[in-house]
Amino acid sequence: MTHVHIATQPAGAPASATATAPFLEVRDLTVKFPTDDGVVSAVNGMDFALERGQTLGIVGESGSGKSVTSQALMGLLKGTSAQVSGQAMFQGKDLVTLPESAMRQLRGRNIGMIFQDPLSALHPFYTVGHQIAEAYLVHNKASKKQARAAAVDMLGRVGIPSPEQRYDEYPHHFSGGMRQRAMIAMALICEPELLIADEPTTALDVTVQAQILDLMSELQEESNSALILITHDLGVVAEVCDNVLVMYGGQCVESGPVDEIFYDTQHPYTLGLLNSMPTLNSSSSRLNPIPGQPPSLLDLPKGCIFSARCQYAELAGDGVCASQRPELRVEDGHGKRCHLSGPQIITIRNSR
Amino acid sequence: MMTFILRRTGSLVLLLAAVSFITFTLFQLGPSDPAAAACGQECTPERVAEARVALGMDQPFLVQYFDYIRGLFSSRMIGAPGAQTLCEWPCLGKSFQTNENVADIIGRSLPYTFSMAIGALVLWTITGVGLGLMAALRKGSPVDKFIVGAASVGVSLPIPVTGLFLLLLFVNQLHLLPFTTNEINSPFGPQGPGAWVANYLLPWIALAVLFSASYIRVTRTNMIETFGEDFIRTARAKGLAPRTVTFKHGVRAGITPVVTMLGMDIGLLLGGAVLTEQIFSVPGLGFTAVHAAISGDLPVTMAITMLAAFFVIVANVVVDLAYAAIDPRVRLQ
Repeated sequence: MTHVHIATQPAGAPASATATAPFLEVRDLTVKFPTDDGVVSAVNGMDFALERGQTLGIVGESGSGKSVTSQALMGLLKGTSAQVSGQAMFQGKDLVTLPESAMRQLRGRNIGMIFQDPLSALHPFYTVGHQIAEAYLVHNKASKKQARAAAVDMLGRVGIPSPEQRYDEYPHHFSGGMRQRAMIAMALICEPELLIADEPTTALDVTVQAQILDLMSELQEESNSALILITHDLGVVAEVCDNVLVMYGGQCVESGPVDEIFYDTQHPYTLGLLNSMPTLNSSSSRLNPIPGQPPSLLDLPKGCIFSARCQYAELAGDGVCASQRPELRVEDGHGKRCHLSGPQIITIRNSR
Repeated sequence: MMTFILRRTGSLVLLLAAVSFITFTLFQLGPSDPAAAACGQECTPERVAEARVALGMDQPFLVQYFDYIRGLFSSRMIGAPGAQTLCEWPCLGKSFQTNENVADIIGRSLPYTFSMAIGALVLWTITGVGLGLMAALRKGSPVDKFIVGAASVGVSLPIPVTGLFLLLLFVNQLHLLPFTTNEINSPFGPQGPGAWVANYLLPWIALAVLFSASYIRVTRTNMIETFGEDFIRTARAKGLAPRTVTFKHGVRAGITPVVTMLGMDIGLLLGGAVLTEQIFSVPGLGFTAVHAAISGDLPVTMAITMLAAFFVIVANVVVDLAYAAIDPRVRLQ
């Protein structure tokens, strides 16, 4: 597909712009769903960039807009009532404004997607092999025999034993881990440059989780593709991601390299998330949840979206947290959306 | 798969045995006296007693039942001792009214019922599933609302209303179609398929209006649910064409409840659409059954009841087999 990439560049575009343009660049991505009760603001101005070979983790609790972001990138919201605005430049094309027919050419071929629950994401009436071969046939001029061979090969590559036999079995014959492997095989059969994995290990037990994550990293390295990993599991993030984006209320509240997010945390919400992870050597036997509820996406607060649950809102002074929405400030690749100053955050971190 | 078919066929036989026994018992317990009916008005008690012997009704109940069942497998003699006549296989008894072999009466009525059922079935399946799918694909749009509204009207229109209205409009007023005749009961007859269609078109429409309404609603509900499934999202994420997503992935998964309905309705309709056959004067099973019941013609009523039950049960088995063909998960059990 690289030739398309080059062909779609404007003829007069300076070469340097092509060289520096990120592989995927999302700017001010916004998704709203009009409903009978009002407009649900699911994603409110997301900005991020991603290069080939990198893994970006998008972290957040349920309803923070992680999955909606990924569906907007996949163009799966086209043709629904969702209102998507902003920009998502991928290979010189804006995924937000691209018409459905052109988006369909990219789906599966250039952008692959892995879903959370492989049992419901696979069609119960078709064999696993058929579904993978189908994905191959949409984007490749090939005979059914060639598609079968490609699917069998792919099943083998994702670590499914005796793939030739498993090809003809139905999803309900597969175990959870094998199903997710099949899902990965389906997403990767056309070797997409960008892979979006929406909670790929959430429905699996822990030992299988590690296998699936290893497999994804391995395949990513082989093809030098970019990976967006959506999860609420910080352990998974620490294991495989290069960069992390923490989402809350449809906004990015903190972003940066994975080490900085874990060891130089800048946002009270991220601190709360890290603190809520149970540890074996913790002296307390109780869990440490973040108090309160996520905000209603129908009626977001005027100020900082997290202010209602933030224990440190009064530290910023003047009630600024409740009255003014903080901007995402990026310093040395580490972004945070918070009114508190760096030293204040360090004091908070040390006090825990 | 083979054991599945065998087991279903076995239960089919058992069910039919049960239905036949219950039907036979019900008619025995019924208030009408077939002997009195058979002998006609102003009958002396002696004549009634003779008639009772001639009909075999002097025998114990179980003997009568097994005699009846025996007729299903072989020819048997029937009638009063000394005046017995042969009832050829398949013997379902002889009509009290005409002394005709019941199997012949049914054989004569069936083509009419089949003619009516087949056309109506095709018509309402196409309109019901088609419109239901259209509504589901345009959920919330004016098209959807119109289709759902039309379905609510259709389902509340009883056959006598639509039937008489259609007859009045197309036959009496517009003279577009002939009045239904008894001479046509097959598309392969001398009058040809065109005349067959013209003859049965109005009953087909009347039945289709009633039936497609519920098919629209079931199809719409199930398709909307199916289009929201994760595997539809997966199909889109693969980059499949919208048509492939809708039909190959959507309809195949969402259509199973319609298959069930279809099976049941075919079974019911083959047992005779009583009202429709009455209104359009089609001498099918339903028409025959009503006249037999009114005149107390027990063997005919009994035979049609059993046949109707047979159709329903067979339809059930066919539905199960169709299910297994559609949904691979069913084959496991």
